[in-house]
Amino acid sequence: MEYLIGIQGPDFVLVAADNVAASSIIQMKHDYDKMFKLSEKILLLCVGEAGDTVQFAEYIQKNVQLYKMRNGYELSPAAAANFTRKNLADYLRSRTPYHVNLLLAGYDDTDGPGLFYMDYLSSLAKAPFAAHGYGAFLTLSILDRYYRPDLTRDEAVDLLKKCIEELNKRFILNLPSFTVRLIDKEGIHDLEKLTHGAK
Amino acid sequence: MALQDLCNYHDILVDDATSESAPFGKRIGFKNMSGLTLRNSTSLFKFYIPAPEYLEGSPIQFGQVSTIQSSKDILHPDSILQSLSSLTAPPLASSQSVPLPFPMSHGTTTLAFMFQGGVLAAADTRSSCSGLVACPAAQKILPIHSHLVSTTSGTSADCALWKRILARELRLYQLRHGRRLSTGGAAKLLSHMLHPFKGTKLCVAATLCGWDGGEVEECRDQDFDLKDCREVTKSQVRSLEKSLDASLDKAQRASLEADGQLSLTRKKQSFSGPRLFYVCSDGTRLQGSLFSVGSGSPYAYSILDQGVEWKLTVDEAISIAREAVYRATHRDAYSGNFVDIYHISSKGWTRRSREDLKEEYYREKEKRTKEKRDVAGLDSVCAEK
Repeated sequence: MEYLIGIQGPDFVLVAADNVAASSIIQMKHDYDKMFKLSEKILLLCVGEAGDTVQFAEYIQKNVQLYKMRNGYELSPAAAANFTRKNLADYLRSRTPYHVNLLLAGYDDTDGPGLFYMDYLSSLAKAPFAAHGYGAFLTLSILDRYYRPDLTRDEAVDLLKKCIEELNKRFILNLPSFTVRLIDKEGIHDLEKLTHGAK
Repeated sequence: MALQDLCNYHDILVDDATSESAPFGKRIGFKNMSGLTLRNSTSLFKFYIPAPEYLEGSPIQFGQVSTIQSSKDILHPDSILQSLSSLTAPPLASSQSVPLPFPMSHGTTTLAFMFQGGVLAAADTRSSCSGLVACPAAQKILPIHSHLVSTTSGTSADCALWKRILARELRLYQLRHGRRLSTGGAAKLLSHMLHPFKGTKLCVAATLCGWDGGEVEECRDQDFDLKDCREVTKSQVRSLEKSLDASLDKAQRASLEADGQLSLTRKKQSFSGPRLFYVCSDGTRLQGSLFSVGSGSPYAYSILDQGVEWKLTVDEAISIAREAVYRATHRDAYSGNFVDIYHISSKGWTRRSREDLKEEYYREKEKRTKEKRDVAGLDSVCAEK
């Protein structure tokens, strides 16, 4: 039902998420933001079970901020991703596992951009592009075909648009709009929302 | 006979010298049953009841498979009592014999939306319990404090309890901090309180409708500069108290202990105006301008989506809310009886007197027949000419 996608370029990461908050068959919100800002250059995109997403993402968000307060410098994206994975793994075998699928995107001043794929079984993989949700089945092959490591920003947005076009064409659920954000060495930039013509 | 085998009935007959206690008159087959082991059942009430749940369930749940009871010990002599007490179990979700198209729970219709005059909340008043109307005049909209009202859906007992707990916590917050907690804060508080019960049978789906007025939400910026001031005032297009907020802002900052929070977190800007939040016991917490919750919600959504806009007058808003609840109660079996409408404005909440939807139905029917008659009359007049 929900869809997340991330594309890493040579000096940026482009991420997008759909904007629907649904409850069984009803769309309760059309403008719901699934991205959580962990720090100035790290975004956590979180989908999954209803309450778990917000609870887990906010928990990670506050802890990353606490780290900065205590130590005076921010966690790198790789460190934040590993911290998130460790928390997911710790809760996995408890009585209250968190059923969330995540994408963590960030820009590190020394290592450059990074996109990390995590799922509810607390697997972690650094990937050049990734997607979550049923829509991933439809769009991963497009990403496989057209992705190059030296994409420019515009090319990456075009690739994203291709993926969303495919979703609008073949996915049975209506995902009318997507929030798009880009992270580079200047920080997080909001790009224009990608909407489908038919509302 | 098979049933007698299962019930070990011959044991009881053997115990009793006389046959007057026998519900089954026939004694023909007994001699053939000697192969079965004799158990010393001392009580007439220790029946071994065979598998079909309806034999131990109450007549109200006849034919319905109840997941609550199936795991219970069926040899327990209190099993009949237990099934009776399960009448107060959460309605619907656990006792369905026909598979539903989508998981339906919360037998009710409640709705709430924001408009220029504040927030309007409406709900039906039927409290249902596995196919029985437990109370036709329940109260589903519960006021929490003078400027916050919540519609409830789910298990009535859970909703009533958690509303009281929330009211208590909000009052404590007000006494401790000298200001009312915002609607968003109240929603977050409720959501966090319900989180430990996730996965249990607790079922609360509430919309919190409130008016935040004149208070300053937690400002997390340490450095107060002119830019923030401008941002804050810009965001309050609907606010009536811009200058008041700005001055409160300053005062609040001065009194806030510097808790060292940097500008990483989202700036919570002071806000005055209507607010609407949906909180569910599965952990969902959504802010929005229109919500409908319950089994009748799809029907209500379709009416509301056509007519609700920001610039409605209070009367128009009330009439569309009433219409939406009426249509939902018409189609949904678990909603009905009366409609309650609450209006929350900057002065607090006001409640309209309860309206009987039966009257609404007859009024509409009359209007339709009158229209038909008028049209027929016009046609005949035209025909004459």
